[in-house]
Amino acid sequence: MTEFDLVIVGVGGQGAILASDIVGKAAVNAGFPVMAAETHGMAQRGGSVENHVRLDCRYGSLIPRGRADAVLALEPAEALRTVDYLSPNGVAVVNTNPLLPITVLSGSAGYPAVDDMLSELEGRCKRLVAVDADSLAVQAGHPLTANVVMIGAVSSFLPLDVESLEESISSLVPPKTVDVNLAAFRLGRKTAGTTD
Amino acid sequence: MSDNNVRYLLGNNAIALAINECNTDVVAGYPGTPSSEIIEYLARMKPKGHIEWSVNEKVAMEVAIGASWTGGRSVATMKHVGLNVASDPFMTLAYAGVKGGMVVISGDDPGCHSSQNEQDSRRYAAFAQVPCLDPATPQEAYDMVAFAFEFSEMFETPVVFRPTTRICHGKSDIRLQTLAPTEHDIGFEKNPPRWVMLPVHARVRHRVLIDKQEEMASALETSQWNRLEMVEGATLGIIASGVASVYAQEAIDRLGVKASYLKIGAYPAPTRLIRELAGSVEKILVIEELEPVVEDIVRIITAGMDIEIHGKDVIPGYGELNLGSVEPAVADAAGLDYTAYTAPGTDIELPSRPPVMCPGCPHRGSYYAMKKAFGKDAIFPGDIGCYTLGIQMGTMDTCLCMGASITTSAGIYHAGETKPICCSIGDSTFLHTGIPGLLNAVYNSADITVTILDNRTTAMTGHQPNPSTGLTVRGDATFMVSLEDIALACGVELVLTTDPFDIATTIDTFKQAKEHKGTSVVISKQECIITARRRGIKLTPFGVDRDECRGCKACIKFGCPAIEFEPPEVEGEKGHSRIGNLCIGCGVCAQVCPFNAISEVET
Repeated sequence: MTEFDLVIVGVGGQGAILASDIVGKAAVNAGFPVMAAETHGMAQRGGSVENHVRLDCRYGSLIPRGRADAVLALEPAEALRTVDYLSPNGVAVVNTNPLLPITVLSGSAGYPAVDDMLSELEGRCKRLVAVDADSLAVQAGHPLTANVVMIGAVSSFLPLDVESLEESISSLVPPKTVDVNLAAFRLGRKTAGTTD
Repeated sequence: MSDNNVRYLLGNNAIALAINECNTDVVAGYPGTPSSEIIEYLARMKPKGHIEWSVNEKVAMEVAIGASWTGGRSVATMKHVGLNVASDPFMTLAYAGVKGGMVVISGDDPGCHSSQNEQDSRRYAAFAQVPCLDPATPQEAYDMVAFAFEFSEMFETPVVFRPTTRICHGKSDIRLQTLAPTEHDIGFEKNPPRWVMLPVHARVRHRVLIDKQEEMASALETSQWNRLEMVEGATLGIIASGVASVYAQEAIDRLGVKASYLKIGAYPAPTRLIRELAGSVEKILVIEELEPVVEDIVRIITAGMDIEIHGKDVIPGYGELNLGSVEPAVADAAGLDYTAYTAPGTDIELPSRPPVMCPGCPHRGSYYAMKKAFGKDAIFPGDIGCYTLGIQMGTMDTCLCMGASITTSAGIYHAGETKPICCSIGDSTFLHTGIPGLLNAVYNSADITVTILDNRTTAMTGHQPNPSTGLTVRGDATFMVSLEDIALACGVELVLTTDPFDIATTIDTFKQAKEHKGTSVVISKQECIITARRRGIKLTPFGVDRDECRGCKACIKFGCPAIEFEPPEVEGEKGHSRIGNLCIGCGVCAQVCPFNAISEVET
């Protein structure tokens, strides 16, 4: 089966669109129909962003709640915010580094403990993969590659081969950054391990 | 395996490709989510024809009309509320008709993702009596463009093309076609009965418009955008339109429902197909986003028939649909036992994450100074742009539509409000529909202050150029209009320009404007930080001196996402502010700090 529903969430500016493009383009290169939905416009200014990517899909781009095969979260609170998309048989791949919203920075709201959020997520799906993507991105060579680290971390769950994904990354990132992004992808993939 | 004619594209990119392949002679539009990228992608394709960002949608529509009347193929593109602005020429265009093919793109936004309302452009098309194409997928959007031009030319009618957010900002594999190049006979032919809508001509053209309705509907009825799938023995009929049809199709397939199915993608709705479906079933469920456009027709057609009709009684008439909202209605109509998925949510309280003005955004300084000068009790009418986020600073008391800040301010004043009134409007919005409001305010002696937040771009929709940037859509240099000169020409006696990164001067400037009796204008001018950084401008970031910081939170209240508050380690002591790596160095917080605790960091 190659049908796979992936929700990618994060904060405007974290590179969620590039992340969904990598998966979508890899799938099209592999010959699958793909439907994806992106957040543009006002919400981009530091707000929550939510992209849906449906592989081998001939319907609409919006993934129903309770049916995502995976939620890829570039930020832990955003993972929990969209937890209802997760299928109980799904997998949550979560960057453990918080990005504090203005409501927390200004002291008008609190930010939950990351461990509490992760255990809640763990109870809601078949498997939780927690990734320190920010450190791995630095290790790969650039802090801005955290989104590609995360694509690496979710990659072994996707019905896509490594070559298609790496080809997609190479064609989408700025030419000078191909090597560092491929390194980020591989670090993420290695850290998350393989399916089961 | 991979196919060279199949590409993974954004819906708007696919639409732009199709416009280019149709040898379109003139494309004019005004940016607006979800439609903005159509012209942006087109510009990158360097098309042979003319493309432009017009100053507003009415202007864009009229430019496109002129091109069509000269025999060229043209497109006017805008968001759904832009069609309101353009509705004056649009409604009469339906009478006059077109010569070269003309497509009016109205990007609808069900769910108000980035809009002040979620009106349904299918109603506009019906109002004007022109055809409307409503794509279900980005692929269909791509395919519809060439059809729209051909149909427009065949019936001398403009065609409304109405992709919604999920089409414009959806991405999918798009199969590209190679279209045969078309030749357009360019030349304006004088023909007053067609192009001069004097009453004597308009009356005739109205009849022509009515007379061609049946023939147009008939041609659309059998087009590939409508599809009837009759299922032998089915007692349920499901009708779905546009993007809702893919949700309906998925629900039918998942639930294994036995139903005859009519997919609609072209309007006027296909009455013969609806009649055929209605004749074979006992019950019909109509699934469409927003308005009951199809449902109304179905109810008219089936009046007096022994048939049960469902539509907006089970499908929301507001917001965006998805499988989750469509599936229960399909299951119910089919008489299936169905337990809707109940989202368990989480007990952990999550902080809200509203969109915010960027670190270094000049609007933050403008609003800070405006509030200092006018006081928090002043009335702050607002407008449409990034700066609508000023609601978080208490300087956005109204937001209605493009340009309404100045005019509603005047109305508030004339109604007898005695508190000071200071409105804000962006540079692009001012040029869009703000100028007539300013002229009117001066003419009718409104004692208000109009702030033009001049960030040298149309930021919210993705940094499109406008007449005050001196650049065209293709990046070519053109005349750079002066906002000061426009304000002076409107008769404003006090026009002041200030730099919102200089807080003390900006506060003084606002105070002067407040004191002035009559309409005053403050132009708060500082480039959008995003475009500035893209141009390579780098400022030294700032930091907090912990020894000087008293934890008063003045900088925190300023609301910059680069500044965070560290609570005290020991209870009872004062906390500290800290400036993180998001700081771009605008330095405004250093001016806001009462204790001089913020300064440039040494790098």
